[in-house]
Amino acid sequence: MTKTPSQLQLNDQGELTHLLTLEGLSKEHILHILDTAQQFVAVSDSDREVKKVPLLRGTNVFNLFFENSTRTRTTFELAAKRLSADVVNLDIQTSSTAKGETLLDTIDNLVAMQADIFVVRHKTTGAAVEVAQHLPPHVHVINAGDGTNQHPTQGLLDMYTMRHYKQDFSKIKVAIIGDIVHSRVAKSNIHALTTLGCKEIRAIGPESLLPKDINMMGVKIFNDIEEGLKDVDVVMTLRIQKERMEAGQVPEGDAFFKQWGLTQARLKLAKPDAIVMHPGPMNREVEIASDVADGPQSVILKQVTFGIAVRMAVMSIVAGN
Amino acid sequence: MPSIPNAEDLYQILLKQLKEQQAINPDFQLAGLASGGAWIAERLAKDLQLPSHGVINVSFHRDDYSEKGIKALNSSEGMSTKLPFEVEGAHIILVDDVLDTGRTVRAALNELFDYGRPAKVDLAVLADRHRRQLPVDATFKGAKVKVADDQILVLEQAEDGRFGFTTETKQS
Repeated sequence: MTKTPSQLQLNDQGELTHLLTLEGLSKEHILHILDTAQQFVAVSDSDREVKKVPLLRGTNVFNLFFENSTRTRTTFELAAKRLSADVVNLDIQTSSTAKGETLLDTIDNLVAMQADIFVVRHKTTGAAVEVAQHLPPHVHVINAGDGTNQHPTQGLLDMYTMRHYKQDFSKIKVAIIGDIVHSRVAKSNIHALTTLGCKEIRAIGPESLLPKDINMMGVKIFNDIEEGLKDVDVVMTLRIQKERMEAGQVPEGDAFFKQWGLTQARLKLAKPDAIVMHPGPMNREVEIASDVADGPQSVILKQVTFGIAVRMAVMSIVAGN
Repeated sequence: MPSIPNAEDLYQILLKQLKEQQAINPDFQLAGLASGGAWIAERLAKDLQLPSHGVINVSFHRDDYSEKGIKALNSSEGMSTKLPFEVEGAHIILVDDVLDTGRTVRAALNELFDYGRPAKVDLAVLADRHRRQLPVDATFKGAKVKVADDQILVLEQAEDGRFGFTTETKQS
């Protein structure tokens, strides 16, 4: 019997040995990761001279990014380095993959070089799952984004950020605005929020950018941004992923901003202490106004900082199981 | 069956020793090891009228990560290292509830040195089980205690701040 991704990421003792998806990951596992991350935040404290701990000394981490990434790759690299792991970043564009080697052949070669953890980003849904099925049991894989499917560490750092500012998921309403159908971040967030008992999850956007089955995930749909933002505690805006779209699927730049952009005026409809999040990279004056992105309610750069601690937590948990 | 040591008695002995140290040279800082040692350091700081005390979380430097994985990290109850004083050049007294193998103290020294280079480090503990596996000893101690080998001593603090020891059977 083939295991589902959520079964595959646990070992025989039910411990997390890979991180592939937030779909089906239990509340206990998610909270354990968030609690562990909370301890790792202190490693980056300004009064700590040595911003490094020796937990993963001697561990080899391979960053395999088959899609472009700056933030995710850099924060994974920093996280690994703060845990004293040795990190190798493979430049896929100039690697053997470009010469026709398959993903699994690349993996086999790196396992032969004593790889312990793979961090994989790939344009194909299920790429990390395929790697996990292929690996010997002592090697771990962390999904850093697979196509339009999942981006679990981003989902977790978003949960960390929401918990940091809002504490109790059962009391908050979260609105996700924009290109949800192409967003692995949105999917990972919706799965985790549902598991953590979020009071209400809203999806706001044009019909062409909302997945057909989103109602089944218990998400409330709003095709009117003003209506959707009323009284929410968290506003998450998403980038329009043109590279995954067909021409004419959504209105371009200005027209999109006019109808769906997060402006100060629209943000006023949310709770006065609502936080504004964005997974990046953001397009100013397309999905979000500059004065909102840089405004007092924005926690966008805090998300990046928390991302390091969350990735440290995930790496040290899977490496120990 | 050895009896469980009285933590309050041991605390008073330790406090007396530190008061004597204070009379000789008051220029030191307390840093308690999370979580039990941190409670003791907090109460000592109050009783010695020190302006602050530090907390050290040893989790990141534990030597059993490769065996126990991240589970080794979870005994500190979420307390992070906080040292509200200059570590560089200071006389630091580490505070813990129980000194046993010495491994936790080794980890605490590593964590402390990530914040700077102290001039001198001492160790103060309530109870010493003297089953050392590393060359470590306490400068200040409540007493040497004898507890059955398969038992661990667990410090508890009541609402009114008073300490008590209980024993738990060690999980392998």
